[in-house]
Amino acid sequence: MMNNAFSRPATDTIYYELLHRTPLGPQHVTSSGNATFLIEGKLERQSQIALKVGDAVKTGQKILPFADHPAYALSSVTGTVAAIRPLAGDFGKNYTAIDVTLADTEELAEAPADLAPTLTSLLEWLGNAPGKPPLDLFQAADHGIHTLVVAGVDADLLVGTNQYIIKTEMHAVNRGIDILKEATGVPNVAIAVPRDLVQGFGHTGAGELKAVAPEYPAAIPKLIVYEAFGQEIPADKTCEEMGYVFFSAEAVASIGKAFESGHIPIEKTMTLVDKNGRKTIISARIGTPIADVLAAHQIETGSMDRLIIGGPMTGLAIFDEQTPIKPDTDAILVQDAGDVSLVSDYPCINCGECVRACPTRVPVNMLVRFLEAGQYEDGAELYDLFSCVDCGLCSFVCVARIPIFQYIRLAKYELSRMTAAEASDAQ
Amino acid sequence: MHSEKMFIVSHAPFWHNGSNVAERHYGMLIAAMPAVALGIVHYGMPAVAVIALSVSTAIFWEWLMNRLMKRTVTVADGNAALLGLLFAMLIPATTPWWVVIVGTFLTIVIGLHIFGGIGSNPFHPVAVAMMMLIVSWEPFFDFDAALVNYDFAFNAVFPLTLSKNFGSAAVADFTSLNLLLGRQVGGIGSTFGFGLIGGGIYLIIKRYIRWEICLSFLAGIFLTALAFHLAAPAQYAGPMFHLLTGYTLIAAFFLLPENASSPINPIPMLIYGAGAGIMTMLIRNIGMYHDGVLLAVLLMNLVNPLLDKIRPKALGKVA
Repeated sequence: MMNNAFSRPATDTIYYELLHRTPLGPQHVTSSGNATFLIEGKLERQSQIALKVGDAVKTGQKILPFADHPAYALSSVTGTVAAIRPLAGDFGKNYTAIDVTLADTEELAEAPADLAPTLTSLLEWLGNAPGKPPLDLFQAADHGIHTLVVAGVDADLLVGTNQYIIKTEMHAVNRGIDILKEATGVPNVAIAVPRDLVQGFGHTGAGELKAVAPEYPAAIPKLIVYEAFGQEIPADKTCEEMGYVFFSAEAVASIGKAFESGHIPIEKTMTLVDKNGRKTIISARIGTPIADVLAAHQIETGSMDRLIIGGPMTGLAIFDEQTPIKPDTDAILVQDAGDVSLVSDYPCINCGECVRACPTRVPVNMLVRFLEAGQYEDGAELYDLFSCVDCGLCSFVCVARIPIFQYIRLAKYELSRMTAAEASDAQ
Repeated sequence: MHSEKMFIVSHAPFWHNGSNVAERHYGMLIAAMPAVALGIVHYGMPAVAVIALSVSTAIFWEWLMNRLMKRTVTVADGNAALLGLLFAMLIPATTPWWVVIVGTFLTIVIGLHIFGGIGSNPFHPVAVAMMMLIVSWEPFFDFDAALVNYDFAFNAVFPLTLSKNFGSAAVADFTSLNLLLGRQVGGIGSTFGFGLIGGGIYLIIKRYIRWEICLSFLAGIFLTALAFHLAAPAQYAGPMFHLLTGYTLIAAFFLLPENASSPINPIPMLIYGAGAGIMTMLIRNIGMYHDGVLLAVLLMNLVNPLLDKIRPKALGKVA
């Protein structure tokens, strides 16, 4: 999106694209021969591995790599374990990756016999279902969650995954809502949908409809709570801490489908955006390497291109086409080398574009001066770092092309590490 | 797992609206062109020489400072050229060459680089340089003395001097239309009302400057001048006269909205602009200087950091 300086309009409001016509599809992509499942948690030398290379797995079977930890993945393929390896993610995240080589014939594992509408059972089976339902938020006894928000909107631009699900799988979503209500006892359910599509949803019985404005970044959870529920989430609190929990439409639909069919869903729906900006709704099994998705859609990638998981404003650029599809991979975006916009080391000229773009009125011009100098605590205290909802608009409009959003994320991460260290010292 | 294909891995967002710093500066250079063109028509080759010397030496000082401080050479971003041009627009066409060179030195080195370069200057660099020069070598900036050898088709007395010394009746023949058409003496690029306003509107539409500052400044001048005029019509000239003479218009569109030295929140912008307008009129009508715009600009630059503390409450901020 590199516009000519003379034709660019003098406004930076960006709108979410609506899926006015429901696309045919999703177009299904199959894996070419291997799949990788990521389990959160670091693979340590002393980890007790309950799985070994050569073990056979069936489609739908639970993979429990650690003998002493309940973390699991659900195999979406039939094959043999080829490798178990540690994998580092961004911002200090650690995964254990399990590579599976596909067998010639598919064998279905037995359907879970103990699937029931209880929190324990949902956690047991659906924690890694497509859409990744954040069920663990209900685990604490005093979670205080009073409202479940089903997001039929996608927070980032270009992504149409949850909009597609809410349009095509409303039946499964409704079923999922009923099950979640029963399992968690959450009293209120709301469904967030794009404002211009509200009329099309007369048939939802399960929850109150909430309209989300079409201007980016209105679909970011904290802003949905602010606009639709009229509650301002304090800067140092999360939506969950204030009693609102967000489930993607796909996560709820997965729960609904699991109870309809008795099998845990393994197909992830995604939005694929090619180099020309053409959008396709696709589906592939969790664990399929992204390279297979690109190959199936004849998208060629080359050096200096950018491969992005998620949308253009908040996504994550990856370095490896073999990265697998995860339960929360909502979009795959390919950017041509010629379209890649780069940041610079130019200083802030104090033009104020970021301040005017910021949806939460953070004084970004002052904040960035502190963050550039590594003074994260002062930035948080004096200039509202934690009011930021991570939309990325400040970087998008920055005339000096400062990586403001990256500074903000880094500051939040560093401060969270400091808080964690202080908490552990205090014990 | 390691392929030969190397992707660019960077952080979000992966889009940019395409704006950049150089584009803004070149846009401001373009916006200044009509006013500069009329200056060249009025003052001829001496004006061309002053502009050329000013722009080129400003670029030279910028390059030298970049080199001395071992930083990236930022001449191409157009900032030095813009400051050089603005300096030339404020001074008479007959300014001696060495004053121009000292002036651009003061602009780029003293006004800009010793504070840390672009974005860090607390004052408008050109206003700093101009005031230092005016305080040091006032005769060169007396437009009546400097332009004495020119023969114009209009009243060649600096209008603000005239109004200050002889009251409003003396400037009766400076009609608004004549002032807008640039029929007055002054700096090379600061007299052509239509040109400056047109350039300013272009800058506002392109959002290179903030309209709140420009309009509140002009409103501040208008209302204060009107109050003075109504109080003593014979002594003080009317508001339109003050809007269109001296450095009012060039300050409104090119000096006051300078990014680093002006506020960015809505209410501070209005206070900043209006304050500069009121100060200008106080200096013009009560102070000892004929044109108080530059002093008013510096004064408001000084209070800018305080003003910008008036800001809207961020989302989720408790107390």
